[in-house]
Parts: sequence; structure tokens; C-alpha cells
Amino acid sequence: MLIDVLYFAALRERIGHARERCDVPADVATVAELQRWLAARGAPWAEAFAQTTRVRAAVNQAMAQPDTPLAEGAEVAFFPPVTGG
Amino acid sequence: MAVRVQQAAFDAGREMDALRAGNPQVGAVACFVGVVRDFNDDASGKCGGKAVATLTLEHYPGMTEKALADIEAQARARWSLCDVLVVHRVGTLAPTEPIVLVVTTSAHRGEAFAACQFIMDYLKTDAPFWKKEATPQGTRWVDARATDDAARARWEKP
Repeated sequence: MLIDVLYFAALRERIGHARERCDVPADVATVAELQRWLAARGAPWAEAFAQTTRVRAAVNQAMAQPDTPLAEGAEVAFFPPVTGG
Repeated sequence: MAVRVQQAAFDAGREMDALRAGNPQVGAVACFVGVVRDFNDDASGKCGGKAVATLTLEHYPGMTEKALADIEAQARARWSLCDVLVVHRVGTLAPTEPIVLVVTTSAHRGEAFAACQFIMDYLKTDAPFWKKEATPQGTRWVDARATDDAARARWEKP
């Protein structure tokens, strides 16, 4: 299924681009599975995720957990812990 | 009920006046302003680390406004408030510039004070902003703090 993946802050810098459209297999059904699938591509994703402490995610612009499910057309963002305020 | 994400600076006094204008039920106005400091914290978390030349705030357009609105809704559900305003700046800021404004109004001070702190504690952990410092040594992404998670967690104790 088609998913939009966004990267922010230090994670985006390590990967080298801010967003991409992914066509993921049916067994990539959660946030954690998507992260593993991206890291399995190798560089730069593998290093970027490994070097970022406590990667966080949002699905459709709401904070998500590793087991948050993904649906067709979802917007999934990965980022380091937030530091606003 | 208002949440704004903007590059422009804000005038806290003017915003406080505007928020309570026309509402004689307001007996209390609480306000917090977060400001860019000129020194970041050293490795131990104390003041007096590296000089900060500028602070750049990145955010997640779309989610930022939703997250702040959700935090405000949680505050309104917990306390009896007249009104709430949250303004958070993005872009590149210099030391002494204001970053974030939270104003709460209520009939009595307990609710306004508590809601103001609650909103800041949740903003620090749940709102998608990221700070990058520029110093003479180069640029550095600011790390999230365990103290911010602890501050948020305190609101969840029974």
C-alpha cells in the first residue's frame, strides 16, 4: 500500500531528504514494522535510525506508538523527541 | 480558544489584554513567556555552557497546530477556564527574543495558574517543534530533557 513518509530535524539531516512516497508490502502494518522496513534498505536509513536516540512517530499528524496500525494513504512522520517551548 | 504558529514576534501584554477584552467574568489572567537564552546548558544541564548565536525552530506544519489545539482542549476539560491563547514562533531567533506565549484566563487564579503550567508541560513533550542552536563551534540540535517528561508525568498522577 502507498504511504507518505516524512522526516524531521536531525533524522531528516541524516537521511538527506524530507519526504518520500513508499509502496510497502502488506506485512508492513504498523509504525514499528515500517521503521524496520525502511532501515532494512541500508544507508542512509539504517544509520539514521540507529544514530537517533528514541525515534518518535506520528500517523496522520497524531503522535503514534510502535504498534499504531497503518492504512492506505497514511502520512507517517519520524522524528527525534520534540524540543519546543 | 486560539493557537498560533508564526514567525513574527508577539507582544505579551497586548495579547493578554486582547484575550480578556470584553469579558468581565475574568478575574485572573496567567501568562508564561519562553525566551531564547544566550548560553545553552553544559553537559550537566547547568547554565554557562556554549554561547548561543541563534536558535532555529523547525516544526511539522499541520500537526503543530493540531497538537497545540489538543493540549488546549485537555486543559479546558480539566479546569474551568474563560479563554486560552498559545502562540509559538518558528524560524530563526536571537537571544532575548520570545519563543512561546501561553495565556490563560479564568474566574479565579487557581485554574489560570494550573492550566498555564499544564499547557507548557505538555507542549514541551507533545508539540512537534525541534530547536537547533548555532554557536561559534557550529550547529547543534538541542536534546530533549528527562525533566520535561517528568513534568508532564506529574499531571497524570491520580
